[in-house]
This record gives sequence, C-alpha cells and structure tokens, in this order.
Amino acid sequence: MEAMKDNVQKECCGPAPCCGPAVQETETKKDIPGVSTRLSRSDKWAHIKARLGIKRMGYTIEPGIYAVGNPDNDSIVLVTANYKLSFDGLRKELSGLDAWILVLDTRGINVWCAAGKGTFSTDELVKRIEVTGLKDVVSHRKLILPQLGAPGVSAHDVKKRSGFFVVYGPVLAADIPAFLEAGNKATPEMRRVRFGLIARMQVVPVEVTQGFRQLFMIMAAFFVLSGLNGSGYSVSAAVSAGLRAVILLMLGYIAGTVAGPVLLPWLPGRSFSAKGLGAGILFFVFSFFIILPGISPVETVAWFLLITAFSSFLTMNFTGASTYTSLSGVKKEMRFAVPVQSVAAAVGIVLWLTARFV
Amino acid sequence: MRKDIYLRDVVTLKLDVDRCTGCGRCAEVCPHAVFEINGRKALIIDRDACMECGACARNCPVQAIDVRPGVGCAHALITSSLKGTEPCCGPSEDGTQVNCCS
Repeated sequence: MEAMKDNVQKECCGPAPCCGPAVQETETKKDIPGVSTRLSRSDKWAHIKARLGIKRMGYTIEPGIYAVGNPDNDSIVLVTANYKLSFDGLRKELSGLDAWILVLDTRGINVWCAAGKGTFSTDELVKRIEVTGLKDVVSHRKLILPQLGAPGVSAHDVKKRSGFFVVYGPVLAADIPAFLEAGNKATPEMRRVRFGLIARMQVVPVEVTQGFRQLFMIMAAFFVLSGLNGSGYSVSAAVSAGLRAVILLMLGYIAGTVAGPVLLPWLPGRSFSAKGLGAGILFFVFSFFIILPGISPVETVAWFLLITAFSSFLTMNFTGASTYTSLSGVKKEMRFAVPVQSVAAAVGIVLWLTARFV
Repeated sequence: MRKDIYLRDVVTLKLDVDRCTGCGRCAEVCPHAVFEINGRKALIIDRDACMECGACARNCPVQAIDVRPGVGCAHALITSSLKGTEPCCGPSEDGTQVNCCS
C-alpha cells in the first residue's frame, strides 16, 4: 500500500491553478486517482518480497477506479483484483494507453485464486460498478475482464444485473495491447495457461519458505535423537550423525520443493507424487555417493525411504501452485500416494532409529 | 509436445450438446483449450486437459455444462481433512496461508 501511494500521480487540480479541462470534469472523475504505467523501485522490491512469501497478505490495493493516461468516457475499462502483483502487472502493460482500471475487492488475492475462492465474483463486480459510479464515468457498457477471472464471474449474470457486457481478455496482461489492437480478440495461444520453466521458478521460493517451520522441527528432532545409542546418549554421535541427518533432510526438502517443481515436465509419471519420487531418487543417488559412504546398510535404506517419501509428499503439495491439476485428479493420486508415503516414512524412521543401536 | 496434462479420465466435466447454442463462451474462458466450437455446437476436444476450474459452466448462459469445480491442491485437501472444513485456496479465515495461490 505504501509503495502504491508513491506511484499515484499527484492530482493536477491541487492548490495551483494548473489545469484546464479537468476542472470541468464531473465530481466523480476528478476524484479518480491516476496511476503510472511504470513501476517504481519500491514496487519492484514489494514484488520480490511478495514472491518470497514475506508478509504475504500485506499487498493490497484500495478497491475502486483508477485512471491510466488521460481516459475519457469512451475509454476502455479493465477489471482486476486488489492484489498488488495483479494491479501492477496490469498497469505496467498499459503504457501509451488511456484506460480505466476497476479494482475489485478480492482481499489481496490474485485474480485466478480469488475467482476460485469466490471473491472475484459476479456479486463483487456488480457491487463495485455501483459503488464507484462507473456508469457516470464511461458512456459505453463494456468491461474487459482477465480471462482467469471467469471461474468466479458469470458474464450473462453481470449483463443482466448491471447492464455491462463482459469481454474476457487474455490470460496474461502482457497480451493486452495485442488483444486491443486486434479489436478485443484473443488468439488461442493468449487463452492458454502455460506452466513453463519461468512460471514454475517464480512459485518455487514460496514453496521453499512455506514449510521452513515444520522442516526445522523435524531436523531438530532428528538431531536430538541422533545421540541415542546402545550405551545411552552420546553428544558426539548427536553432532556427527545429527549433522548428517540435517543435511539429508535438507536435501529431501530441496528435492521436493525445488527439483520436483523445476524439473516437473521431465520427471516420469503424470501424478505429482510420482514426479516427487523421481526427484527424491535423484537426490538419494547423489547423497549415496557423496554423504552416505561408510554408513550402515540399515541407515542407507532408511534414508532412501525418508528422502523419497519426503520429496514425493512435498511435490504432491505443489499441485496447488501448478496451473493444470484438477480436484478429481489430486484426490485420485492422494488416495494412493498418501498411504504409501506414510508407510515409507514410518518404516524409514524405524530403520533409522534401529541404526542408532547397531 | 504436450507435457502439461494431468491424470487421464478423472475429471467431472460434462457437456449437454442438446442444450448448447454454440455461443462460444466456454471456449473463450477455458484456460486449457478443452472446447472447440464446431458450427452451432461446442465440442469437448481435450477432456483430460480440464482442470475443473468451473469457468465454462459458470459462463454458459444455457447451463449446458456441468463440472464439479474445485482447487486441485493437495495441501488444501490435507488441511481440510485435518480441520474438517471445505478445501479452499488462499488464506483461511484466521489469516494463515494455505500452500497454494502463488
């Protein structure tokens, strides 16, 4: 929000008698804040923090109408969510255009997720049109919505209830200029959601930071238990075996939250748990040659089970960040994967504890 | 090369061709090109690509499409089964974040 304010251009009709036509504008239009199509350094910094999951919920924009360029009552109206990444992602693509942006209150959630959750919705859109007096701002009755808002909005209901005709724009804001140029037509490619390497890498930091607390608790437990042996408790064993356990758990974590998501299309299998298993095996093989030589066979088997189960579970959780998994599919894979992962983890822990005493 | 296809034969998507008027909204909103408009009717051309987002059903003016929409998110399903609540994407009411919606 702070960063947002920095970018709002100063209203021209301040104390200085600077502007001509704007003075004649209606009351509503005069109050509409203008926004730049260039992102400031603080905007970019806020985006990095949001991507890293720092204070994830603190990136909201005030719902309402904003002006880009010098829009008039014929200018297009683009609708978006009040999440900073959504809003900034839209306005930075609009340079050279005169447009209105209608920001819905999605409680700081991006368009697609808010549509799924029901906050980017027909109700909210109809309400926001009324609250902002959009009918007095523009003379036409057409709205351009992001295509990914469609799971939450019923275009024909919006028409019925507000009089506004909904056109779904492209999936990516970057395609908006081309979409407008083609007379509000999106190519089939613009309508497709892709989940390429860059998109996957963008969501990896959140995957990694999200489970840190649980990871540290598991690591601490393994570290403390590493000191157990036949003759009681050994601090030196806790340090040597404990350190090894911490490193191996970290590898399993990276396998599931980084390698699984990044290597997604190249890992075998269709289910994410299978892909996570593949990533886990890859990391186990690596640790087998680097960290595990000289370790008892029992503990080696234990680590195979622990790393692969951990990695499989974590990549399975990446279904939520992916852009093509269905609820029915996730349910189906979980029915098989969760019991297998649980048994593998349980057997792994038992074997690892056994290895303390042999 | 099509790699972003999830499991086969699982989705709940159904199209009632008799009701369909061929308006094309479903093809417009689908993020995975599941539909094609052929003459005056919509066709499901790539059912396994469906992610059950529900956009087509919600935007079909004649209710010709039926799909059980939901979030394909394992973390949300685990959380919901632990807490006994509906699986949901995004922050829960107490402000803690669910591991999806990035």
